[in-house]
Amino acid sequence: MMDFQMAWRNIWRNPRRTTVILIAVIMGVWSMIFLGALMRGIVAGMVKNGISTLTGHVQIQQRLYPDDPSVVHRIRDPQAVMKILPRVLPPGSRWTFRVRVNAVAANARHSNGVTLVGIDPESEARVSFIGRSITSGNYLKAGDNNDILMGRALAEEFGTHLGQKLILMSQDTQGQIASRAFRISGIFRAEMESTEKHFVFILRGAAQQMLKMDGAVSEVSVVLPHHEQARQVAATLQARLAGKDLTARPWQKALPLLTAYLDLYDNFVLIWFVVVFIAMGFGIVNTTLMAVFERMREFGLLKALGMRPRRIVKGILIEALLLLLCGMAAGNLLGWLSCWGLSFKGIDLSALAQGAEYAGMARVIFPSLWPRDILSANAVVLGLGLLVSLYPAIKAARFTPVEAMMHY
Amino acid sequence: MNIDMKMAWRNIWRNPRRTLLTVLAITFACVLLVFMLSFQFGSYATMINSSVRIRTGHLQIQARGYQQDPKIQLVVQDPEAVGRMLDRIPGVKAYTFRADAFALVSSAERTYGVMITGIDPGREALISTLARTVQQGRYLSDQSAGDSMPGALIGRLLARNLKVTLGDELTVLGQGRDGSVAATVLKVRGIFASGQDAMDRSTIQMPLKAFQSVFSMAGAVHEVVIMAQDLADVPAVKAAIARKLPGIPADPPLAVLDWTQLMPGLRQAIHMDLISGAVFYLILIMVVAFSILNTFLMSILERTHEFGIMMAMGAKPGRLTRLVLAESVSMTLVGILAGVVMGCLLTGYFMVHGLDLGSSSEILRQFGIPSIFYPRLTPLTATAGPAAVFVITLLAALYPALRIRKLRPVEAIGHA
Repeated sequence: MMDFQMAWRNIWRNPRRTTVILIAVIMGVWSMIFLGALMRGIVAGMVKNGISTLTGHVQIQQRLYPDDPSVVHRIRDPQAVMKILPRVLPPGSRWTFRVRVNAVAANARHSNGVTLVGIDPESEARVSFIGRSITSGNYLKAGDNNDILMGRALAEEFGTHLGQKLILMSQDTQGQIASRAFRISGIFRAEMESTEKHFVFILRGAAQQMLKMDGAVSEVSVVLPHHEQARQVAATLQARLAGKDLTARPWQKALPLLTAYLDLYDNFVLIWFVVVFIAMGFGIVNTTLMAVFERMREFGLLKALGMRPRRIVKGILIEALLLLLCGMAAGNLLGWLSCWGLSFKGIDLSALAQGAEYAGMARVIFPSLWPRDILSANAVVLGLGLLVSLYPAIKAARFTPVEAMMHY
Repeated sequence: MNIDMKMAWRNIWRNPRRTLLTVLAITFACVLLVFMLSFQFGSYATMINSSVRIRTGHLQIQARGYQQDPKIQLVVQDPEAVGRMLDRIPGVKAYTFRADAFALVSSAERTYGVMITGIDPGREALISTLARTVQQGRYLSDQSAGDSMPGALIGRLLARNLKVTLGDELTVLGQGRDGSVAATVLKVRGIFASGQDAMDRSTIQMPLKAFQSVFSMAGAVHEVVIMAQDLADVPAVKAAIARKLPGIPADPPLAVLDWTQLMPGLRQAIHMDLISGAVFYLILIMVVAFSILNTFLMSILERTHEFGIMMAMGAKPGRLTRLVLAESVSMTLVGILAGVVMGCLLTGYFMVHGLDLGSSSEILRQFGIPSIFYPRLTPLTATAGPAAVFVITLLAALYPALRIRKLRPVEAIGHA
């Protein structure tokens, strides 16, 4: 305890110098925590968006559907899957059955390729973004067999609006082109413009009838209470679905690009930690060295009085430890405060919305603090900080009493 | 070298270890900034070039409004006249014509709605790198000798989804420029894999001549795609075209768009990357500045006694301030110089040998960046970062230097 008391008094012998290096450490730790959380926030936004844009945490599809999303590859017996789900999924999971195929949408002015999604309005709303994204008109409900929901961007492209007709064409299970007119009953907005242009929603029953699917669906989308469970649940489901020619994939597999982003940002965060540490490491070494050289006489005297070199090393390291701990405490607090302050409004990228879309990022970025990042940032600072302080510490322990006392 | 500079230089080496550590911190920041900025600009150049090459060209002449609302009626009526005009503009390296229409494309098994593009194979090859990504079969050609059926070049994923291979037939059904039914049969002649999934999933090209007759284009096209000699020439070429464009009679009127207008997302993404990069670099430089502030501060506090004597002998505080600043500046400059040299060497090494970004190649592929990556060292990337380091370090040095003015000779000499 006395060691700590001495070290604490020692570092405040030159308050100005200690303050300066403390600021460097605080800024370093703050930037690690805060910018790290922002980087995580970017990816978290991408993942959240990817999952709510119909993927879900786990997808069940016919084995060939992921590579060839056609009506040919459908789940012919959804009842069997429906029986398995409640038994396998953790409590609190939600799921929905969908038809999802490529189609052509057309009106008098325009035609373009879209993805036709046939949904069960109630269960769908609990799984994906569509239930809370209608900005004008109404969400689908049972019996709306002639109604269709389309994105704002697509409606603009088609020069159409609520109440007008939209014709959908797609290939049915017989290989024929099925086409049907729907009435636009709702317009939705989405995080990404590409989502607004890509998807149109009708009732599952209407889609099955139009495409002669006879009760079959394209996929089951499952949302779990915790997204970390995805891989394990997918594996369990896969085992239970054996022999049915179906595949259950976690989102990490369904969205390979996102998984690649996750890895990339993992590296970014770590590189940033190390770079910032090196920047402040120079300061830590230099400041500690100065503190040591100033006290050369003192160390010489202590040694002449019989103090062991080991204790001198220990004393200096404790000084460095206290300094680092102070900086880390303040840096963590500031980092946490900045994240908290930003957690209400986030960083709004609307001014660069097309750029955000190009990079696949959400329009608003919220910082996302990962316990793992906080731990590793502090571990990097503390571990490497003590390591580089070893150099001045050993230097101090090597002063020979005579040489040191000659100083001045 | 005047006496003050000489003194400053000797002073900073009074404590070589401290100076070295300080210089190293600055060097580290500079090396990092030079490399990172070159890296960023290299990736922008690659992204722009590959997008420009494979999709939009540097510039396009279109009917006004076509970019926002690509309607088949919004045509460039007389592409030949536009071509003659372009021939007389110096910075234009090559140009080609394209026409687009949405159509239902069916194979024996499948039907998809896709955008069909009519291209002029001879001219297109001077601009687009798509020809190089053909995996099976070959690129389109104008004369398909002895074959009545026009050829089609389609993306790998589209071919997979349509379940077609080389030699298979595709039925195309759409609407012509005049509203008539446009129908034809194409034969798959080539399958390409650009690596960008969005492109490989949705692209189908056919010869422009055949396109024009199928879609009743009456010789018109939708886009005149232009390549300038270099990305940097684009504004000049654009201005030259904009001057001459009104001279060509056209209904609807024509407009010239550059790549930033054709791909606003790309430009904004670059903006965003630059801004976020700047935030990171700024914070890094600040951390470095506080890291080395102590060196500047201590070199003054330690020498209070010495400064007191100098003042007593008649040195003006202003001169001492200058002396101390000269010390900080020369230390910074040594660090910056070393940093720029080492940064350039490091960047230069990777410019020659490339940097393998294997782990994130999936992402890069989608943006059209190859996984072996070449940073791009320019005068700007070599100096912008170090200049920022210099300014911020100088600000840090100012605080201790200005403290000298507060010194009183007698008290200062008394300082042990």
